[in-house]
Amino acid sequence: MNPLDAVIAVNRFGLGAAPGEIATAAHDPRGWLLAQLRGPAPDYPQLSGLDGSEELVKEFPRWLMKLRAERRGAEDAPAQGTPQPGVEASFAKHFLPIAAKEIGARFGIAATTAAPFHERLTWFWANHFSVSADKPAVFAVAGAFEREAIRPNVNGRFVDLLLAAVKHPAMILYLDNHLSVAPGFRAPEAAGRANLPRATGLNENLAREILELHTVGVNGGYTQADVTMFARAITGWTVGGLTDTGFRFAPRRHESGPKAVLGRVYAQEGMAQGEAILRDLAAQTSTAHHIATRLVRHFVADDPPPAVVDRVAHAFVDSGGDLPVVHAALVGSPEAWAQPLAKLKQPIEFVASALRAVPPAREARPEALFLALREMGQRPFFPPSPQGWPDTAVAWADADGLWKRIEWSSALAERVGARVDPLAVAESAYGPALSGATRLAIARAESRQQGLALVLASPEFQKR
Amino acid sequence: MTNRRDTLKTLGGLAVLSALPGLGLAQGASSERRLVFVFLRGGLDGLAAVPAYGDPDLARRRGDLATAAPGEVNGALALDGTFALHPLLPEMHKLYRSGEAAVLHAVATPYRDRSHFDAQNVLENGTAKPYGRDAGWLNVALAQAAQRSGGVALGASVPLVLRGPAPVTSWSPSVMPSPDPDLLDRLGRLYRDDPLLAKPFAAALETEALMEGQGTRDGGRSGRGAPVAVLAQAAGRLLSQPDGPRVATIDFGGWDTHANQAGELGPLARNLRQLDRATATLKASLGPAWRHTVVLVVTEFGRTVAINGSRGTDHGTAAAAFALGGAVRGGRVIAQWPGLGDRDLHEGRDLRPTLDLRALLKAALAAQLGTSEAALETQVFPDSRGVPPLEGLFA
Repeated sequence: MNPLDAVIAVNRFGLGAAPGEIATAAHDPRGWLLAQLRGPAPDYPQLSGLDGSEELVKEFPRWLMKLRAERRGAEDAPAQGTPQPGVEASFAKHFLPIAAKEIGARFGIAATTAAPFHERLTWFWANHFSVSADKPAVFAVAGAFEREAIRPNVNGRFVDLLLAAVKHPAMILYLDNHLSVAPGFRAPEAAGRANLPRATGLNENLAREILELHTVGVNGGYTQADVTMFARAITGWTVGGLTDTGFRFAPRRHESGPKAVLGRVYAQEGMAQGEAILRDLAAQTSTAHHIATRLVRHFVADDPPPAVVDRVAHAFVDSGGDLPVVHAALVGSPEAWAQPLAKLKQPIEFVASALRAVPPAREARPEALFLALREMGQRPFFPPSPQGWPDTAVAWADADGLWKRIEWSSALAERVGARVDPLAVAESAYGPALSGATRLAIARAESRQQGLALVLASPEFQKR
Repeated sequence: MTNRRDTLKTLGGLAVLSALPGLGLAQGASSERRLVFVFLRGGLDGLAAVPAYGDPDLARRRGDLATAAPGEVNGALALDGTFALHPLLPEMHKLYRSGEAAVLHAVATPYRDRSHFDAQNVLENGTAKPYGRDAGWLNVALAQAAQRSGGVALGASVPLVLRGPAPVTSWSPSVMPSPDPDLLDRLGRLYRDDPLLAKPFAAALETEALMEGQGTRDGGRSGRGAPVAVLAQAAGRLLSQPDGPRVATIDFGGWDTHANQAGELGPLARNLRQLDRATATLKASLGPAWRHTVVLVVTEFGRTVAINGSRGTDHGTAAAAFALGGAVRGGRVIAQWPGLGDRDLHEGRDLRPTLDLRALLKAALAAQLGTSEAALETQVFPDSRGVPPLEGLFA
């Protein structure tokens, strides 16, 4: 057996080697991965104390009311010179503690899970269905989105993942579908008081991104008319207010009547119409190809080899979008095992792998991880667009990105370096993939701290 | 840990630097001319930023979301008898009045569909097709520049427009302490032979030395999500240095205003305020170099002429663009206005493009990087002979 296979299994497919993990996987690297594709999602204790989206979705209207009260207070007392509280500062104060809990759970799992391939797939699919706190109302529910819509469906069927993602409040709010209504719809007076923007017609944002990003892809053969019709079909897919929370279908906001999308006419009434369209989109061969391309880019190479994409797309079509079968096709592709360290880690992967490789590093506070990732260009819950974080080296291997990784490595090593043996860390993380130059540099380091900084900032540790 | 400033002073003396493929910033005579490319990602609503208040159809189309006309309460800032600037762009208006800003309208790339990502890709890669090339027109032009120029990306990672054969660097503020020079020296030996990381590492060292520790621990948000004024400040600092780069890109996202765009706390107001502040900051930070600078402010597409069902606008086609700087012959609006009547609109919904954005980009490259017309129409923007550079816009 190739000794590099275990290195690839734990670094490329997993989240980076924890001490002893390469040895565990070495008996049967492929089997070690495939075992993580079976059964329900692991039941992580880190997730037990977190609120659900039906509760968290209330945080944004709560904050708006608080902000209004703060501002009113400021207007009432100009003589005392009360400074007007900054909107951004007030936002951060309200939402950062919520985000910190989610980040603590997310990286707590990443640092210790025995099913890191499953966890990486969770991250991959959360990025495929990106929601971003660039829309402030999304911040509080972005973590819940991953927990509720993505995580339970990673070992399930793509169509169920798609339906769960689109029907989640985070997605509805991010892509404005709560503001997309049938022509002529008049909101009741109460909506104005709840500070919801008035909705008087169609908003095509969600429909377009489902077609372009989540399913058939930009070359999937749809037209502007398909976007508009699909958007009309999912009018009424919305979220509740302060009391009636979570995703809901609001019949009065929905435009009834048949809709034609991608050459098929949908005559269903109510929510069934949008669901039927989503089911058909999930089954398109263009969807299989689009998904396969993104998966192969993530697991094999920045330039996805067409033969692997075809193989994974076939697995998608033949299995009816059964994700474990699709994911197993990646594991079964020889191209994925041909070259170690072929992919540059994204910052979240870099940080997660450091936490796995260096147990004392797991003491890091979630707030500190949030700041570090922001510095490295991957602020948690703020992907730059519905397209998600980029997944190629060219997007991450720039001067500033690398500099921030070195800064973080150095600071982390100063803090915990005295407690670890840097050469042992490097050996257990990369084993036979460690270069002679790196091994020598670590051995010659002037201190344990400097040695650990060299491990974490080394070229090998940036890659998987 | 050492003081950041002292650390960075010693960076230039690191033995490993001579073995690394750097930016070559200190070699050869540097050009006086600077070019800054500000990319408003998400699709700027040109009709909100630059309302055509002289067109009677505007108020009809935009209803109560129309910006008040010049002279009214919170009214737009008049440019001429037809066009005005959004009231939250007073600094830009000042530049316009002093002849240092030109406003372009009804501008678009050759892309005619409505995907952000494809549209941004077309704007950046310089061909007329999404994913037509893995390099950006700005980098291709840099690689051919007769005088050494050097490029730096502020904010996001190096955007496609600045990727390609010419080595470039990137920078954003940091709250983390600077690494020890001895560590950097040792790391340099490891990166030296790494095909992916050798160049970025060398570029980072050079850039940190140029910044001399400025812009760190600024108290505000740092990293790549730093406020755009902070990035503008750094761009000015780097470009104004004798050994600094001559081209900068500033990535500024968040212009995809599908909902509630006119609100006081809405995304459009927030972004316009930031853009205006960044404009003034950049000018101040460039100092005397502003005289030789062109700043292009562009977006991937405009937005629908009509308001959508949630008091926002959806993806459209033509938009507005800006050319700012001491090297701009400004004080005018460049627009062949297509009108907003029912039959004037592109596909019945968008502002119709009457000017190819590449005409502006080409003119800026010719003026600031000395790019030849032959290179512009074959290599920088392949197959673009039919789109001549705008004439007389840059001094």
